[in-house]
Amino acid sequence: MEPAVQPTVRDAVHPAVALVDVVAVLGSFPALAGASLTVQRGEIVLLRGPNGAGKTSLLRLCAGLLPVERGAATVLGCDLVADRTSVRNRVGLLGHANGLYADLTVADNVRFWGATVRATDHEIDASLQRMGLANRLADVPVGRLSAGQRRRTALACLVARRAELWLLDEPHAGLDAAGRDELDATLRGAAAAGATVIVASHELERAGALASRVVEVVGGQVRELER
Amino acid sequence: MSTWRIARLVAAKDLRVEWRSRVVVNQVLPFAALVMVMFAFALDNTQLLTRVAPGLVWLATMFSLVVMVQRSFAVETADGALDALQVAGVRPGGIFLGKALALGAQLAVLQLVLLGAAIVLYRTELVAGGIVLLVTTYLAATTGLAFVGTLYGGLAAGAKGRETLLPLLMLPVVAPVLIGATRATEAALGTEGATPSDGWPWIGLLALFALVFGVGGTLAFGSLIDE
Repeated sequence: MEPAVQPTVRDAVHPAVALVDVVAVLGSFPALAGASLTVQRGEIVLLRGPNGAGKTSLLRLCAGLLPVERGAATVLGCDLVADRTSVRNRVGLLGHANGLYADLTVADNVRFWGATVRATDHEIDASLQRMGLANRLADVPVGRLSAGQRRRTALACLVARRAELWLLDEPHAGLDAAGRDELDATLRGAAAAGATVIVASHELERAGALASRVVEVVGGQVRELER
Repeated sequence: MSTWRIARLVAAKDLRVEWRSRVVVNQVLPFAALVMVMFAFALDNTQLLTRVAPGLVWLATMFSLVVMVQRSFAVETADGALDALQVAGVRPGGIFLGKALALGAQLAVLQLVLLGAAIVLYRTELVAGGIVLLVTTYLAATTGLAFVGTLYGGLAAGAKGRETLLPLLMLPVVAPVLIGATRATEAALGTEGATPSDGWPWIGLLALFALVFGVGGTLAFGSLIDE
């Protein structure tokens, strides 16, 4: 699928993500303490690190949900220090929560999130197909699905939203073997089409095989790892 | 996407959630009817009930409003959908208007049931000359309540103890609607010799209330849910 917003000439010269010495806080807790990271367009980057290291905060900051206290942060050419909301319709974030409506069916959910970027019926159907949901599951309320099926639905919503930057927090969690393969294929396809993918995961073997680069987040800072 | 288009999308989604879950129909409407029955038991005097019926109808509306607003935002926060809406770059003003529109539609149904209950339980009689005032009162008050409910629902959505915080914050604010709508309804029903002309000045108060909270909510909702 094409990205929601076609990249401009200005976008082409900017990396997808450029963080320099970024500090961000959650309440009084320093979530990021001088984090620096550059991600080029089309890359798939794995964020690894222990619990509480700042991986989720890094993803939320890139999505424009967490304010930058200090440092410089540019995502898809948008300056998050000046206006962190400006990047929001161009990124897709799959966090620990799925962002789904339990009373709506799988198809209803994908249609709703697709409609926020005016996705066509064909694109909605393709998103369901891509995540293996274009069968009897499409008409099942999300509240009745297993955790893995909900994760697939959330991923289908992300596909329908045609994000330029995919920010995924433990995306493999709860998925069965087939779902994991479909997810990996979807992410590779998105990256091949020009999207950038950042995955935070503890499943180092699978996510590491998917990623073109691995970085470690420790104590709110980012460290590049040799592959 | 335009604010109005987002509003329609969100309103349709909220009404679809209700259509599939039937929470308002199966739980809130019986709750409201039960409150009306309890008032009848507590006062146990037909003359008195007929005299205070307008106030009781609006009081039952306020109690039900708290439950409906909590439900409306529980749907958004249960699986992180409110965060997802922000990341999707959906205009907050559109979310506010859409949720208020859906809440207003459900409130309108609730009020028809409450009016029916008042006619049956309290021997309230509709007066032909007061129908226009009654309909206008219901429209203006419902609009104001929907705006206030959505604004305070958004404010309490991310707070600790939001279930108890919401009525504490919201009920004092809707007091002018309770007073204005009760007086206007008394005038429309001819309670204690009141005439429709006595009610129209209260419509001005209700309209002003709706306008202030409609405009204020549309402008402030983004900051509220961001915090």
